[in-house]
Amino acid sequence: MTTGNLGMDEGGIRGSSSPTAPPAWLADVDRVARGIRRRVLEHTLRNNGGYLSQACSSADALATLYVRLMKLGPSIAPPVPPPFLGVPGPGNPTYMTGSGYNGPHEPALDRFFFSPVHYALVLYSTLIEVGRMAPEGLAQFNQDGSSVELIGAEHSPGHEVTAGSLAQCLSQAAGVALARKLKGEPGHNWVFMSDGEFQEGQTFEAIAAMAWQKIDNVTVLVDANEQQCDGAMRKVMEIDPIAQRVKAFGGAAADVDGHDPEALVAAASSRQAGKPLVIVCHTDPCRGIPLLATRGGKLHYVRFKSSHEEERFRAFLHEMEGG
Amino acid sequence: MEFVTRPHARNLVRFAADKPRVVVLSADLTASCEADDFRDTHPDRFFSMGMAEQNMVSFAGGMAREGFLPHIHTFSVFICRRAFDQLAMSVAYPGLPVRFCGFLPGITTPGGVTHQATDDLALMRALPNMTVLECGDATDVESVLDAAHAIPGPVYIRCLRGQVPRLFPSTEPLRLGQARVLQRGTPWTDTSRSQGGAGEADVRSSDEPDRRGTPWTDTSRSQGGAPEAAGEERHPDIALLTSGICTEEGIRASMALRKRGIRIDHLHVSTLKPFTDDRVDAALTAAAKGIVVLENHSVIGGLGSAVAERMAELGSGRRLVRLGLQDVYAHGASKGYLMRKYGLDAQAAVLAVEGLIGQRLDISLEELTSMDPAPAGPPVKAEDL
Repeated sequence: MTTGNLGMDEGGIRGSSSPTAPPAWLADVDRVARGIRRRVLEHTLRNNGGYLSQACSSADALATLYVRLMKLGPSIAPPVPPPFLGVPGPGNPTYMTGSGYNGPHEPALDRFFFSPVHYALVLYSTLIEVGRMAPEGLAQFNQDGSSVELIGAEHSPGHEVTAGSLAQCLSQAAGVALARKLKGEPGHNWVFMSDGEFQEGQTFEAIAAMAWQKIDNVTVLVDANEQQCDGAMRKVMEIDPIAQRVKAFGGAAADVDGHDPEALVAAASSRQAGKPLVIVCHTDPCRGIPLLATRGGKLHYVRFKSSHEEERFRAFLHEMEGG
Repeated sequence: MEFVTRPHARNLVRFAADKPRVVVLSADLTASCEADDFRDTHPDRFFSMGMAEQNMVSFAGGMAREGFLPHIHTFSVFICRRAFDQLAMSVAYPGLPVRFCGFLPGITTPGGVTHQATDDLALMRALPNMTVLECGDATDVESVLDAAHAIPGPVYIRCLRGQVPRLFPSTEPLRLGQARVLQRGTPWTDTSRSQGGAGEADVRSSDEPDRRGTPWTDTSRSQGGAPEAAGEERHPDIALLTSGICTEEGIRASMALRKRGIRIDHLHVSTLKPFTDDRVDAALTAAAKGIVVLENHSVIGGLGSAVAERMAELGSGRRLVRLGLQDVYAHGASKGYLMRKYGLDAQAAVLAVEGLIGQRLDISLEELTSMDPAPAGPPVKAEDL
């Protein structure tokens, strides 16, 4: 049963669109997505290494989430992230997570849970592009003593849970979502995942549990770039079709072009009562930086192999910057 | 000796009655973990999570972040072994107030190696932010949830189920960070109750203030030498520290040993972590001939290890005998058989004491058995799954 537009901003999706002029938010998504790719390439060049292909595959989905889909309040965190303030525990009563960059926790507002935290640089860049973090904050990326860590934990900007042991985020978000339902909170819960996490059994435990407990205030966007650490997923362990697997476990699922913001928004409105919704965003790990395709199959972590290669990417960055 | 039937089942319902934030999560072992009364009393606060422990543990972390107090119920092995990463990262790291009610500790089940939690204390003690409690009798079971409730972080509880003996007066609840002193090795004063059985154990009165506060907030502990004994001269021969179901065995042993003139301090430890207890420190430094630990766990990582670490920190310089599973797996059989086979019983404790004092005491198994106050309730059955 399609209930459509559950909890979504009324008048949002269709409101400003017309057959002739593309809606203004699409231009915003495009600007943010380009900015994400540019910043991540910049940092990959600066550090000679980075999770660059993840920016290419996920920039459009993350931009669509922040620009269009999620109902978040303004950031309540310092624009330049504070240094790492210690792990949570009895000796650290002032401990805070990085969720403040996604606005306050309020019953009517949405929440965002970021699962593939090796994409952290992509998320930090997104926060900058949508005005939730200062560009200077990125200077702390992967610096000793910083909270802007290489692989994000819950103290890192934009992060709410500790998800680096992959596939734990969805279960945690499901627990939050059930708790919010019990408290009568209308805000939605958005989870961003990578497709490799669907190799983990816990992901399917979580989907089955959400279906059983009728947790329908969760929408998952999956960056299905078909890449994982060892290389292409079809060479490591193919798990297609993810959407059918999700449905078999009791969830609702949709397949979309992950680089098509309008398709993403339409899919997000296809929620079904009593089920979590999983949107499988089929993406290209080289989108926006086609040079990446010249590197062959292994894209998980990009480190330039020669100064010649680095120069080609530097020239491409220059192009992106409009030079 | 009184036996109490399913004390956790009743206690969970009582405990939760005035605490609407308490929810119970179960992984297909609801009646087996005595959460069925809660399920029937508060169906709106009971969540059946299926046979999927990894999700259940992370899920509980999410609920705890939103202000709920999830009480996870399953067998200890499935909490500690199967979902260890989830427990560490989704709950212990963020320090969330999830309570893990783990059943079938050690060799209390005939279910064999897959069901016997013989390394759970080692795993849970290793996790920062985690408090580790173990119940030794029905009174402990009836008060452990309230004790855990005072802790704002995660708590692992080794629970007992079924027919549980009452060793301690029901008016003397389990207290965080405080061992029960069941017998003192120093000469008895007029406050002692001579010839006391377990039920008459010398337990410090409950109105004594808890100087330590909760373990969670206690960060002030000094690493100095032994605390001074309170005003009296202490020169026991032996300190016997026991936990869980081994305390009943320890009581039999200490009663028999005292009859032979052995001065023995016997302490029942229920807070395994943090391991900061002046009474324990005093016992570890006062015993002239040595220390014996008897526990229903591997000798690696449990009470025996905690005692060894503490003795070294205190510079107590005494000998230590750790009784428990000697770095081996057990197998499926009755509790009594396994306790005998693996040396977790009163006789093992007596033999260890004989070794430390260098003297045979001629305490027979029959004598130890006769020391056992006869159960008033129905006989204990082998626990089924």
